Amino acid sequence: MTEARQLLSGDEAVALAALHAGVRLGTGYPGTPSTEILETFDRLGGRAQWSPNEKVALEVALGVAFAGARTLVTMKHVGLNVAADPLFTAAYTDLAGGLVVVSADDPGMASSQNEQDNRHYARAAGVPTLEPADSQQAYDYTRLAFAISERWRIPVLLRMTTRVCHSKTVVHPRASETGAEPTFVRDIPARVMIPAYAKPAHERLRAKLAEIAAWNEAEGPFALDAGDAALGIVSTGVSAVHAREAAPQARHLSFGMTYPLPLERIRAFAAGVERLVVIEEGDPVVCEALRAAGLPAEGRPERYRFGELDVARVRRILAGDDTPEPVPPKGKPPELCQGCAHRLVFEALRDLDCIVSGDIGCYTLGVLPPFSAMDTCVCMGASIGVGLGLRHVLPEEQARRVVSVIGDSTFVHSGLTGLAEMVYNPPPTGHLVMILDNGTTAMTGLQEHPGTGRALDHSPTNQVCYEALARALGIADVLVVDMTDKGLSLKDLIAERLARSELSVIITRQPCVLAAPKIRLYDKAAAATCAATPEPGAEPRLAGG
Amino acid sequence: MDTVKNIVIAGLGGQGVLTASDMLAEAAFRAGFDVKKSELHGMSQRGGSVSSDVRYGACVLSPMVPEAQADVLVVLEATQVEINRPRLRPDGVLIGPELIGPEALANRKSLNVALLGAASAVLDIPEEHWLAALHANLAERLHKVNEQAFAQGRAAARARAGGQPH
Ligand SMILES: Cc1ncc(C[n+]2csc(CCOP(=O)(O)OP(=O)(O)O)c2C)c(N)n1
Ligand code: SF4
Repeated sequence: MTEARQLLSGDEAVALAALHAGVRLGTGYPGTPSTEILETFDRLGGRAQWSPNEKVALEVALGVAFAGARTLVTMKHVGLNVAADPLFTAAYTDLAGGLVVVSADDPGMASSQNEQDNRHYARAAGVPTLEPADSQQAYDYTRLAFAISERWRIPVLLRMTTRVCHSKTVVHPRASETGAEPTFVRDIPARVMIPAYAKPAHERLRAKLAEIAAWNEAEGPFALDAGDAALGIVSTGVSAVHAREAAPQARHLSFGMTYPLPLERIRAFAAGVERLVVIEEGDPVVCEALRAAGLPAEGRPERYRFGELDVARVRRILAGDDTPEPVPPKGKPPELCQGCAHRLVFEALRDLDCIVSGDIGCYTLGVLPPFSAMDTCVCMGASIGVGLGLRHVLPEEQARRVVSVIGDSTFVHSGLTGLAEMVYNPPPTGHLVMILDNGTTAMTGLQEHPGTGRALDHSPTNQVCYEALARALGIADVLVVDMTDKGLSLKDLIAERLARSELSVIITRQPCVLAAPKIRLYDKAAAATCAATPEPGAEPRLAGG
Repeated sequence: MDTVKNIVIAGLGGQGVLTASDMLAEAAFRAGFDVKKSELHGMSQRGGSVSSDVRYGACVLSPMVPEAQADVLVVLEATQVEINRPRLRPDGVLIGPELIGPEALANRKSLNVALLGAASAVLDIPEEHWLAALHANLAERLHKVNEQAFAQGRAAARARAGGQPH
C-alpha cells in the first residue's frame, strides 16, 4: 500500500516518515528550522512532546529506545550542543528500538546565533549520519535511519539544513510499518556505562562503525550521473542539486551517508575523472576526509565556508572564482511587534543605562534601535551566568547596572541552573534577573513549554510556576509584574532593586500579542472539556495566571 | 533547465507571502509538474522582508531561483520592489501592488491572492488547479472573498497584458 504523491517540506517529510516507521514517541525542543517536524508529527496523529531542552529530549528518547520502541528527537544545530553529553555515551550503548536524532543546521544563519556544522559531531561521537538533499530523501533517509539504528543498535543522526527543512518538494511515500511492542529486557553491560562496561562498549562502537562503513560502500544510498570525465563533482545534501544544475555536463557522485563515508566508492569515482571537486556547504568536512584518504580533492576559496551555497556560488567554486561576491540588497529587519511587552522592558533598561546580559528569543531584538539595550547574547541561558560574572568583577558603579534578561521558554530550557548559581555564589552587589513571561516560545513560532501549562498539542497539563520556583531556590525578593497595568513604573521597580545588594527576580507577565488570541481559544477548549468530564482532585490551571 | 518556470513572491512579514507561494506551488503540483518551493522562515515577529521562491517544470533541481532568473516577480509591498528587482530576468514580468488599487478589494488582506491571480494570467497552469489550491490553503470562510480577489487580479493582469514594459 503506497500513498499518493504529496508536496511536503523536508520537515513534514521527516514527520510523515516517522509516522510510517512506527515511532511511538517524538521528543524535542523548538528551534528553527526543525520546529515543524514534531508539530507535523502531532498533527498527523503521532505522539509528540516538547521537552524543557534538547538534553532532556534526547534522554527521554533514549529511554524509549531502551524500552524497545522507535523514537525521533528533533532540534536545531545548537540544540545538539546541549544534548551532546547524552549523545556521546548513548553511542556506546546497545539500543533496542530505533533512535533517530534530527539536527537541523542553519548555514547562513537565517535564524541562529552561529553556523556550526554538525557533521563534526558525527565523527566526534561516532554516530552514523545521513544527509538528505530534498523532501523525498528526507522521507527515505528517515526510514533508512530507523533500519540502520535497529540493525546496529546505535543512534543515527539525520543532518538537515534550513534549505532542506523549509523547501517543499514532491514526495512519494511508502507503505508504513508498525514498530516492535516495547518491553524491558535487562542488558546491564550494554546500558550501564561504568568504566568496566564502557571500555568494551567503546570497542563495540568502533566495530559497529566499521560494519556500517562496509554496508555504506556496498548498499548505501548514492547517485552517480555519467558525464564528462574532465570534471568530477562529489556533493552532499542540498549542494547535490545545486551542483547538478550548475554543471549539468560534469560527472556527479553524491551519497546519503556522510559518516562513515563510502571512501572506496569515492576512490573509484576519483580514478575515472581528471579533476575532483567537492561541493559541500559549511566546513570542508568531506573534502578533508578525502584528502586524508589520499584523494586529490580540490579545495575551495575560504569565502564559500560562510553562508549557504546556491547555483551561482557553485559555478564560482568550479571556476575558482575568489573575487568578492555581489552583496544582495538589504531587506527590512524584523522588529518587536507593536504592543509587545518586551518593548516596555527594553525602554526601561535603556532609560536606566543598564548593562544588559541578554539571551535568545524575540526579546533579542532589544539590541536594535530604538532600544539598543542589550550588551551580550551568546547562547540560551547564558544571560544569568554572564550577568553574574560581570557583577563579580566590575567596579561597583558598573556592577550595580548589570541586569540579566531571559525569556520564559529560555528560562526553563537552561536558566534554572543559572538561578541556582546566583543563590550559591551571590555577587557582592546582589543581582537582578528579569524573566519575560509571555506565555509562549514566541521566537520559533509560538510553541508551548513547561511554564505555559499546555502540552505540545495545546491541551492542558501541569504548569511550572516561576515565582514559586525562584522562592524555593531561596530568592526572597520575587516580584511578578502585570505588564498590562498602565499605572506601574517598571523603571522605578528596576531602579529600586539595582540600588540594593540583594538577589532579585522580576517576572514580567503579559501574553505575546500573536499568541494571546490562540491562548484564549486553548483555554476555552480546555474549560469545555473540563466541564464535560469533571476530574475529582484535578484543578484545571489557567495559563498566564 | 529552460523548461523550468521561476517565480519569486516578496513582501513584508504578515502580508501572506508564504500563503501565496504555498498556493502557487500547490497549483503547479496539482497540474502534474515537478515543483520546488523554498524560503527561509521561522521568526514570528512581523514586519521584516520576506520572499519565497517557486520553481516548476518537468524536472526541477535547485529549490532556489538563481539570481536574475525569475520569470515572474510578485511584490506585495511597494518598498520591497527595488530590493527584489535584481531577481527578475531582463524580460521577466513584474507584478507590483499598484496593479490593484487601494479601494479595489473587499478586504486588503487578500492582496496576496489578488496578485497571485495576476500571476496566474501569465503562467501555464489551468484555472481549476488555482482554485483547488486556494481552497486547500485557506479556511472555508475566506474562500469567497479570496476567489473574488483572485479573479480581480487575473482580470487586471489580462487588461494590462500586451504592453508590459518589463
Ligand atoms: C540550544 C537552543 N535551542 C533552541 C534555540 C532556538 N530558540 C531561540 S530562542 C528560543 C526560545 C524563545 O522563547 P522565549 O525565551 O520564551 O522568548 P520569546 O521568543 O517568547 O520572547 C528558542 C527555542 C536556540 N537558539 N538554542
Ligand atoms: S511574536 Fe510575540 S513576543 Fe515576539 S515580538 Fe511579537 S508580540 Fe513580542
